[in-house]
Amino acid sequence: MIRLQNIHKSYITGTNKLHVLKGIDLHIKEGELLSIMGSSGSGKSTLLNILGLLDNHDDGVYVLNNEEIKSMSETKAAKLRNNLLGFVFQSFNLISFKNAMENVALPLYYQKVSRKKRNKLALEYLDKMGLKEWAHHMPNELSGGQKQRVAIARAMITQPKIILADEPTGALDSTTSIEVMDLLKEINQSGITVIIVTHENDIAHMTDRIINLKDGIIESIIDNNQINNTESVKIPIQE
Amino acid sequence: MFDLDKWHEITAALKKNKLRTILTGLGVMFGILILVTLLGIGRGFQNNIESSLGNFATNSTVFWVERTTKAYKGLPRNRQIRFTNDDLIALKQNIPELEHIAPDINGWSGNATHNTFRKEKKGNFRIKGTSPEMNMVNPVEVVKGRFINENDLKEFRKVITIGPRVKELMFEKDEDPIGQYLKVNGIFFKIIGEIKPLSNNMGNRDDIIQLPYTTLQQLYNYGDKFYVFLATAKVGESVAELEDKIFEILARRHSIHPEDKQAIGNFNIAKLFNKIFGLFNSIGFLFWVIGFGVLITGVIGVSNIMHVVVKERTKELGIKRAIGAKPALVVGQIINESVFLTTFAGFWGLVLGVVIVEAIGKATEGSPNPQILNPYVDINVAFIALGVLVFFGVLAGLLPAQRAIRIKPVDALRYE
Repeated sequence: MIRLQNIHKSYITGTNKLHVLKGIDLHIKEGELLSIMGSSGSGKSTLLNILGLLDNHDDGVYVLNNEEIKSMSETKAAKLRNNLLGFVFQSFNLISFKNAMENVALPLYYQKVSRKKRNKLALEYLDKMGLKEWAHHMPNELSGGQKQRVAIARAMITQPKIILADEPTGALDSTTSIEVMDLLKEINQSGITVIIVTHENDIAHMTDRIINLKDGIIESIIDNNQINNTESVKIPIQE
Repeated sequence: MFDLDKWHEITAALKKNKLRTILTGLGVMFGILILVTLLGIGRGFQNNIESSLGNFATNSTVFWVERTTKAYKGLPRNRQIRFTNDDLIALKQNIPELEHIAPDINGWSGNATHNTFRKEKKGNFRIKGTSPEMNMVNPVEVVKGRFINENDLKEFRKVITIGPRVKELMFEKDEDPIGQYLKVNGIFFKIIGEIKPLSNNMGNRDDIIQLPYTTLQQLYNYGDKFYVFLATAKVGESVAELEDKIFEILARRHSIHPEDKQAIGNFNIAKLFNKIFGLFNSIGFLFWVIGFGVLITGVIGVSNIMHVVVKERTKELGIKRAIGAKPALVVGQIINESVFLTTFAGFWGLVLGVVIVEAIGKATEGSPNPQILNPYVDINVAFIALGVLVFFGVLAGLLPAQRAIRIKPVDALRYE
C-alpha cells in the first residue's frame, strides 16, 4: 500500500536548514494498524504529512497505492487525498460554522455528490459512531470525544484505503482515548490501513506495529503481534 | 445553474462577520450610488443647458455697427457705420458658405408707459423687426397662424406675431388673437401668428411683438438701415472664416480700412456654444472621474476585507484542502464571495442612485428656472457600472484567493 525509500525532508527557516527526515525506509501493507512513535521533533508529524500528501518530500521514493508520488499538482493531490485518504487530527479540525452532519458530508461535496445523498450518507456514518442525535449540533456544542468521532466519520465517508491519524487522542481523556482507539481498531478490522502518530506508549501498544522514530531516522520497529524486533525495515517489497 | 451548496458556502462565510460584511458592502454601495447620482445630475445639467439653447443655430455669429477708428479713402475716423438692406444681398451673393442672414432690428417702444393698446387693454412690449430667415437662426414655435413670410417683407405689410405674454395681457383667455388688430405706437397691426419662443437665447422673448423688418424700417423712418444682424454658416463650414469674409465685403462696401476691425462689432456665438459644450463635457468627465474614484475606493475596501477574511480562514481552507477541496474550488469560492458582495451592494447602490436621481427630477420639475432638467440614469451606464463591479469583484477576490492556495495545506492546517 505504502512504500518509502530513503525519504528526506528538511525545512529552511531563515538561514538555518533543519533536516527533519534523514532517510526513511518503510513498507506498510494494506490493512495494517500501525503507529509512529517518537518524541517531539523526531519527525513523526512530518512523516505523516508526507504520507498524507499535505507536504512534499525533498528526496527519495514514495509509492502510494502503486503510484509514485512526485511533485504533483495540488489539484491531483487534492483528488488523491479525497479518494484514498482520511484524516483524523489532534485538534479535530471540524469546520466551526457547519453542523456535525455537514462536516461529515463535506468530503463528498468535493466529489460532487448531491446534497441529499451525501447528507443521508453522513447520517448513516454518524449513526455508526453513535452520534445520530447530535447530527444537527455545531462542533462547539460537542464534547472532545464526540468531535473526534465526527472527525472519524468525516474521514470514513469517502471509504478511503488509508486513515491517517495525527495524535487522535492527544486532546482526550483516557477513557475517551480508549473509545476512539477501539473505533480506529474496528475501522482497521474492516480492511482499512490505519496509521496513527502518537507519543503515548499505551496508545502505540494497541496497534500491530510500532515505528519508533528518533531524530529523523527509524530507530526500531516493534511488532506487537509477533513480539520481535527483526529488521522489518528491510523486508522485501511485495505487493 | 444555481448551486445551492455554493450559495450556502458564500452566505456562511459572509454571515460569519456580519458587521464587517455590511460595512464593506456600504463602501461599494455608496461608490456606485455616488457615481450614478453624479451622472444623473450631470445629465440634468446638460439637458437644462440644451433646452435653454433650444434650436438656436449653434454655428452662428452676430455682427453690429460701431464707429471707424482709422481714416480711409478720404473719410474721417470716428464715422458711424450703418448696415443697409443691400449689404444683405451682397453678402448672400458673394459668400457661398453663408446659409442664413437676418437683420435684428429693435422698434422704438415710446416714452409712454404703454405702447400697445386694444379696446380697454394696454401693455408695454418689446418690438422687433424680423424675417423668415431669423426663424432659421433663432427659431420660435408657431402656436397658431403663421410666421412672417417673404411677401410680408416685400409688401411692407402691417402684420405682427405676438408672444405668449402679449396674448395673455391683450386678450381674454378664450379669445383667438389671429386676425385681430393691435395698436402699437399709434399704428394698427393685424395679428397673423401666435408664437412661443424655443430658447431663452438672446433674451426672453415672451413679451415680444414681431413685424417684418422692412415694415419696421419704413414706419420708424430707418430707411434701409439697420444695426445688428445674425448669420449662420452652412453645415461643415467654419464660422471664423465666414466672419472674415463678411467683414471683408462689408469693409469694401462701407469704405472701412481693412485693418479697422473695430468699425464692425462681431461675436462668434459658435465659439461661445463650443465653450459651453466643452464646459459641460468637462463637468461630465469630472463626474465620471469622481464617481469612478469613489467606486474604486469601495472595491479596494472589498479586496482588503477579502484579504483579511482569507487570512482568518487559512486554517478552515487548509482543512477543506486536506479533505479534498481542489485549489480551483477554493479560489472559485473566494471569488464568488467577493463578486456576490460587490454585485449585491452595487445593485442596491444602483437602485438607490436611480431613486435619488428620480427624486431630484421630481423636485426640480415644477420650478420655473430649473438648474437641472429631467435628470436620468442611462440604462447603458447602469449596466456598464454593474459590469465594472463584477469585474472588480473578481479582481478583488483573485489576489487573496491566490495567496490562499500558495500556502501548503500542511502550513494552512497549522495556522492559528
